[in-house]
Amino acid sequence: MGLIKVNNSRCKSCYICVNTCPKGLIKKSNKTNRLGDYLVEFDDKNNECVACAMCAKRCPDLAIEVYK
Amino acid sequence: MQAVFSTPKSMKEDFKFTFCPGCDHGIAVRLVAELIDELNLKENTICSTCVGCSVFLYDFLNIDCVEAPHGRACASATGVKRTNPEKFVFTYQGDGDFASIGFAESMHTAIRGENISAICINNTTFGMTGGQLGPTTLMGQVTTTSPFGRNKEYYGYPVKIAEQIALCDGTAFSARVALDTIPHINQAKQALKKAFEVQLKGLGFGFVEILSSCPTNWHMTPEEAHEWVKNSMIPEFPLGTFKDLTEVGVNK
Ligand SMILES: Cc1ncc(C[n+]2csc(CCOP(=O)(O)OP(=O)(O)O)c2C)c(N)n1
Ligand code: SF4
Ligand code: SF4
Ligand code: SF4
Ligand SMILES: [Mg+2]
Repeated sequence: MGLIKVNNSRCKSCYICVNTCPKGLIKKSNKTNRLGDYLVEFDDKNNECVACAMCAKRCPDLAIEVYK
Repeated sequence: MQAVFSTPKSMKEDFKFTFCPGCDHGIAVRLVAELIDELNLKENTICSTCVGCSVFLYDFLNIDCVEAPHGRACASATGVKRTNPEKFVFTYQGDGDFASIGFAESMHTAIRGENISAICINNTTFGMTGGQLGPTTLMGQVTTTSPFGRNKEYYGYPVKIAEQIALCDGTAFSARVALDTIPHINQAKQALKKAFEVQLKGLGFGFVEILSSCPTNWHMTPEEAHEWVKNSMIPEFPLGTFKDLTEVGVNK
């Protein structure tokens, strides 16, 4: 139904999106950015994303794009 | 697939926010950029920027900006608007900038009823310089210059900016909003839209105070900082519209 794309060059690993997604589809990954912070990843094996854009609206760094 | 949420067009293509992780400044800038897009103002806007964590606003927004000395964004905006009355002119300032070093300029701009819009990011501290006590620091709040907490004997009381601005005859719109939750973010955008529209309609000074997190200087995680906005700031700085001339005849 929906999907998000995370722009890793903008993401600052604040994890607000991880706490925001009502379906728990965004997780801390084991990939790091150049500062050693863990990036986030979108994990939606069961196609649960409803493209509500709540994650994107709360991301302070405009790092999330939402598609439907 | 269709994009339902993407970067506003009036942001610079490869902008990089210089804010700390989880800082609400980024959300405020996005809301401003979205409104510039939605109201089709990009080619007709001049921003009067401030000194503080948002000092590089002109590196993020793809619009014309003038850099005002610390606190004087409303005074600079007055000159810009009076010489370019057809332009849309707004300021984006911190609490220290708007309500401490520049409070005289800010108040008199509202009193004169200059036809500009002003935004004040209230994070209860001088964020950029390391978290000193500011005009909106809460009673009891510990900062680098109030290590035992704010008290009335030494520091006096915090200022309620949006209520003070609402008292000025030249003010057409004054509201206080927050960014800690999605409903509050949506309300913040509505208030900013009104503050922009009163200028476009020539009604006078439009103002929005935005309660905003500063995780770094509050020594909190981003979500703890949002809890603090909810539990400590909002009870002291109530959200709402304190003046709205577009609602004919009433001060709401
Ligand atoms: C005339 C002058 N005095 C002092 C400073 C130092 N200074 C830079 S930013 C700042 C405070 C900014 O606080 P605020 O306006 O609340 O913005 P924030 O960083 O919290 O967003 C100060 C005092 C300066 N740059 N110029
Ligand atoms: S758009 Fe909604 S459902 Fe999809 S990842 Fe973001 S918060 Fe979760
Ligand atoms: S909210 Fe934005 S900046 Fe924060 S972790 Fe998620 S994608 Fe990264
Ligand atoms: S010091 Fe505070 S207000 Fe400034 S960018 Fe960092 S978190 Fe934001
Ligand atoms: Mg401040």
